[in-house]
Amino acid sequence: MAAGETLGVVGETGCGKSTLGKAILGVMPGNAQVRGKILLHGKDLLTLDDESFRQLRGKDIALIFQDPMTRLNPLLKIEDHFIEEIRAHEDVPRDEARARARVALESMGIPESRMRNFPHEFSGGMRQRIMIALALVMRPSVLIADEPTTSLDVIVEAQILEILADLRRAYKMALLLITHNLGIVAEVCDRVAVLYAGKVAETGSVRDIFAKPIHPYTQGLLKSVIHLETKELSSIDGSPPDLVDPPTGCRFHPRCQYAQEICTREVPALVEYREGQSAACHFGKDFV
Amino acid sequence: MIAESVRPSEGASSLLAVEELVVHYPVKMPFLQSLLIRDKPVVHAVDGVSFALRPGEILGLVGESGCGKTTVGRAVLRLADPTSGHIRFEGTDITNLREKELRPLRTKIQIIFQDPHASLNPAMSIGRAIGHPLEIHGISDDPEEIRQAVLTIMREVGLTPEELLYDQFPGDLSGGQKQRAVIARAMILRPRLLVADEPVAMLDMSIRARVLELMLDLKARHNLTYLFITHDLATAKFVCDRIAIMYLGRIVEIGPAKEIYADPKHPYTRALLAAIPVPDPTKRGPKVLPRGEVPDAIRPPAGCRFHPRCRSVLPSCGWEGRDFVEFLEERWLDERTAQAEANLGPIDAWNYEGLAARREAPENVAGIPETIRRILESGPPAFAAAVSSIGFEEREIVVRFRRPDDLRPKLVEGRSVECLLY
Repeated sequence: MAAGETLGVVGETGCGKSTLGKAILGVMPGNAQVRGKILLHGKDLLTLDDESFRQLRGKDIALIFQDPMTRLNPLLKIEDHFIEEIRAHEDVPRDEARARARVALESMGIPESRMRNFPHEFSGGMRQRIMIALALVMRPSVLIADEPTTSLDVIVEAQILEILADLRRAYKMALLLITHNLGIVAEVCDRVAVLYAGKVAETGSVRDIFAKPIHPYTQGLLKSVIHLETKELSSIDGSPPDLVDPPTGCRFHPRCQYAQEICTREVPALVEYREGQSAACHFGKDFV
Repeated sequence: MIAESVRPSEGASSLLAVEELVVHYPVKMPFLQSLLIRDKPVVHAVDGVSFALRPGEILGLVGESGCGKTTVGRAVLRLADPTSGHIRFEGTDITNLREKELRPLRTKIQIIFQDPHASLNPAMSIGRAIGHPLEIHGISDDPEEIRQAVLTIMREVGLTPEELLYDQFPGDLSGGQKQRAVIARAMILRPRLLVADEPVAMLDMSIRARVLELMLDLKARHNLTYLFITHDLATAKFVCDRIAIMYLGRIVEIGPAKEIYADPKHPYTRALLAAIPVPDPTKRGPKVLPRGEVPDAIRPPAGCRFHPRCRSVLPSCGWEGRDFVEFLEERWLDERTAQAEANLGPIDAWNYEGLAARREAPENVAGIPETIRRILESGPPAFAAAVSSIGFEEREIVVRFRRPDDLRPKLVEGRSVECLLY
């Protein structure tokens, strides 16, 4: 991801999209085995010790969740969340931290008079804006947003998405937007990665993926979206697999109408079929 | 009364008729506090809703969370008690029936909830769960007869291989299969009306269509009638014959789905449609969104409940003292403005009641009415035009608004709209 870029990570329940966000932030449960590399400005985060990672978290990479109450402490006033966050990373007096909190909150439309309120005294949309302000108060270079609008109504959702787009432009921040909603991806993302059963099925620019998807899963997923222009319903047979015992070969093969013998045997590699557009399908070239 | 609604004579021909339904929930508060407050606050979940459901049609009840759509659905099943108004089913007034009298009715009206997982007892096998209503309603006590009925309905809803799935538990099923089991359980009593409350919202996109197809298929085969409750305008458009758009306990627009989607009349319907993300990156563009969020249903706004957020608002739509105070608060988010207008602040000094906003007058009142007038000019023109007076009363500055005009549903191009623009 480049600075200022928005990458959408889409997929259905259990495809691993939230786990991906958590792994980048290093907040996996103790029994998780994390392998591979996560490079931030060229530095591999997986080689960091706990303390260095803790310093980085919130400062360089921040996360916003679906439910603001998983981030906001119900017993803490709004301003104290900010003061705590700022002082965890920088040695500044409380007053200065409070002043910075005020600016961050006011930029999100939360007046100073509400800074001493508790989280439950705010509406859902306001809480979401508070959480965004909190994630951005340290000006991180990467923001991971995990279903940031799923619990919100469609009008507030649109408001929050506009705020995120403005912020990304203003701060040149890379935004990783995790969502199951393809409409949101189409509206705010530059690039998209389609996840299926823990693997990237396809990745490319938003325009290419929506206009000429290559992977049969991407094709099926796009067709199954019900939108205002929908004339005919469409769906993908079967359901996403159990990841305790994922299917052999291509994990999508049991649901794929084009599956051949090779698909049950060999894991397809992610191949670039068009400039900037890659898919993990043995028959990718047939769909180009 | 809303133009779409039925007069008693028409009530007989409709399967379900809801007339001026009101459902208020008391606000939970500590006992001692409840003794001290005379006018106990209530949540105005549903505040005068009327519609009729003809046999064989699908009526969509569409709106955002907290608009009262689920409460209407629950009231139809008498799972929520109406505060006032009437609910007629097959011509019989069921509003005040006792539980015992309701029993036979419950075989004819069934409900499907959003979360199939929560709707199924994890310790009851799928087959037993689906056949359970037959036992409860005393329709059959012959185990073999029940089993055969269950297997038949399982085949019908696509829960196959039915012999195998019969003895499995909800935990063994996928989300889509669980929702099919819930539908089978609702269908086994051969109901006439199904209330479907967000039946596909919890399902993954790739399988939603299959469950919707099943519901449409069942409807066609059994001449079912649906009250389809959803927040998803796109799904409603595909599924429903008619739709009712709800906002804060009221139906703001109701009519044939085709006409409403082609040319929405109520500004709220327009806003909802405009806000839906479009899955086509070539159609991106800035959106015209309503201000703010849905207000608290304990104290809904005066006049048209959408007026504080409406982009087409008129001076007569229901402006009140609260709108003025909220306007000041938003305005003073900007520190420089707040400082420049410090002689009016702070925000906490302002109170509102009904059509008036007031605060204690400071020592020096010179120029205050002019400042207020200037501030009002910066808001929506209808807002400033709605102010009837700015003056001093008993050492208080008082800003008063004109009375709102009467709001009644009007018939506009084939649908009923509750908006003063028409």
